[in-house]
Amino acid sequence: MAKITFPVEASHIMMFARAIGDTNPVYHDAAAAKDTGIIAPPSFPQAVAQFDPDYHLRPKAGQKWFGSAKGPSGIEGKPTSSGGLHAEQHYEYHRHLKPGDVLTVETKPGKTWERESKRAGKLTFRERITEYRDQNGELVVTARGVGVTTERPVDQG
Amino acid sequence: MALKASALKVGDTHSERVVENLSRTQIVQYAGASGDYNPLHSDEVYTTQAAGYPSVFAHGMLTMGLTGKMLTNYVGDGTLTKFGVRFTNQVWPGDTLDSTATVTALREEGGQHYVDLTLSTKNQDGKEVVAGSATARIDP
Repeated sequence: MAKITFPVEASHIMMFARAIGDTNPVYHDAAAAKDTGIIAPPSFPQAVAQFDPDYHLRPKAGQKWFGSAKGPSGIEGKPTSSGGLHAEQHYEYHRHLKPGDVLTVETKPGKTWERESKRAGKLTFRERITEYRDQNGELVVTARGVGVTTERPVDQG
Repeated sequence: MALKASALKVGDTHSERVVENLSRTQIVQYAGASGDYNPLHSDEVYTTQAAGYPSVFAHGMLTMGLTGKMLTNYVGDGTLTKFGVRFTNQVWPGDTLDSTATVTALREEGGQHYVDLTLSTKNQDGKEVVAGSATARIDP
């Protein structure tokens, strides 16, 4: 997978913190964040998706989008199963991200495994290991994500 | 401000209500901030008619972010060394979530003190939506 350049910006951190309802000034107010300076919330590394030119969960100009428009899905004949869900996410922090960092982010596939589930049929799990390195080449965050593809939508019973 | 090892013991807990009556708009806000525009989280027509779910539902990563808010309020800013979760049930509009951290170990490595925690976020019915663990640096 290609390396992604992820510039960490103060306004992006502020919007991300708002979205998780976190009013801690360390995410938006440099004067109040005297000890650490502004830093990013711990789940912020996932926002690298904004900088992935090929990210499949963002509509792109001139390409069909699978969400609803005239019909319930913009792509005809697509299976009604939902595709992927997020099963696990793990972070290891060597230091915390701060505005001005320019990260180079590389994702590699990890293990794959299967399990039967009463609520969603056959589950296929796929692991992805992502390394975030800063402008000095130092490893700052390691992420391990696990996605799951379900055979059918998860039963809510 | 970090926690102090001398003031902690195994079994200590910290809990917070991290969201009350989760709105669809907050889920959309998270989509915009994170860049994950999967219509399962914002498009009721697609999600109910094409994907077969009863309603849109929150990104797992929104629930991780909400859980992380409780966690950083407890351990302090910039002190986490590890934070990991499993998404055990979906989170729906209207849900109210409470997150709890429980101290499982206090350790010292190379002169640095650490606290290990288990994490649990539950909805208004007591159903766990996130199960996880974390480690943070603490003062002696």
